[in-house]
Amino acid sequence: MRKLLTLAVPVVAAGAAHAGTLEISVEIPKLTVSEYHRPYIAIWIEDASGKVAANLNVWYATKLDNDEGEKWLKDIRQWWRRTGRGLDLPIDGVSSPTKPPGKNVVKFDTSSGPIASLAPGDYKIIVEASREVGGKELVELPFKWAPGADATGSASGKEELGAISFKLTK
Amino acid sequence: MKTLAKRLLIAAAVASLGVGAAHAHRAWFVPSSTIVSGENAWVTIDGAVSNNLFFPDHVPMQIASISITAPDGSAAKPENAMVGKYRTTFDLKLDQKGTYRIAQASTGLNASYKEGTETKRWRGSMADFVSQGIDKKPGVELTATSRRIETFVTNGAPTALKPAGKGLELAGATHPNDLYAGEEATFTMTQDGKPAANVEITLIQGGDRYRQEVGEVKLKTAADGTFKMKTANAGMYWLEAEATGTTTMEGKSIKSQAMYVAVLEVLPS
Repeated sequence: MRKLLTLAVPVVAAGAAHAGTLEISVEIPKLTVSEYHRPYIAIWIEDASGKVAANLNVWYATKLDNDEGEKWLKDIRQWWRRTGRGLDLPIDGVSSPTKPPGKNVVKFDTSSGPIASLAPGDYKIIVEASREVGGKELVELPFKWAPGADATGSASGKEELGAISFKLTK
Repeated sequence: MKTLAKRLLIAAAVASLGVGAAHAHRAWFVPSSTIVSGENAWVTIDGAVSNNLFFPDHVPMQIASISITAPDGSAAKPENAMVGKYRTTFDLKLDQKGTYRIAQASTGLNASYKEGTETKRWRGSMADFVSQGIDKKPGVELTATSRRIETFVTNGAPTALKPAGKGLELAGATHPNDLYAGEEATFTMTQDGKPAANVEITLIQGGDRYRQEVGEVKLKTAADGTFKMKTANAGMYWLEAEATGTTTMEGKSIKSQAMYVAVLEVLPS
């Protein structure tokens, strides 16, 4: 689970013809509980010093009146502490509605946005879930960001998250 | 004014050691959450003086004495305030991003003097001290007191606290709304805005009702006024600091006795 994985990062040049893709799959388990609410989930890339290197996604109740869904963002505790509390939400391309149980796949263009500016080094993809009247869970996928081949990696949560995997392709 | 200062000087000159602490029990404000998010953020706050932390079982805090400072330094108003038998409760709408400070702060003078063989205690302002003739009582001992009971609530990212500059206060490096179990926090205690050495600090986790032992942690500030705290458990904590020394009033040095309480929430890391 903790093995280091090598990620390829395409050479980012002005007008680069090939845009790489970082694909992350997040499984939300089906839970048999009397009161179920879809979890709030944040996905980000952390650098070796623990700082947020790229804020990828935050799934929350984005469509409630008066931004009422933002009230519970603080409960995605680590994400809130490390980045969320300093952001002005919603953020285009980051804020997204909650997802249903099952496999949810999100894709990011590695030639634009914060991923494009990552320096070579050790990073983690972090997926953190917080469910109303439920639990919290955080899953980490460590990897080395270096010029090289395509890469994949996977890990699994126990309660609030299922299988988590990523795939980087040129 | 000159007369006042002169009389104070006389009073101070005859003062010996400070009057015993006027407080017993534990005073506190506990917010429903110390961290909030969103555009329409509210917290509800309980204020009480109790034996157990944080169960109201003695007397409520007085609502009129509560001051709330918004992140921009302006005063915010408590809403839906109710003073109950054991606790005061009120709501706070956090219109601004940043850290709100909810406090009850007071300063005063304590005096003790002899009336025959009996020791009388008196509390009041400097003006009253003179106008009521307390300064002329036999064996009068005068102590300037300060007392601050507070807590902090942050909407969004924490913002730096502006010191009141009076009495004992808690200052950075760590922000009081940025505490996590297992992580060391560094604070500075200040007295009248200046770092205060050798301040005695007591830290107790809430829920002592469910423990055989209080489990209090005793700390002391270093020469530069700093102290470090680290808790194994997440939870709501009661921090009390006390300091005795001297302070300056009307240009004169007199005994001082300062008390400070902060309720701090430590989150799971």
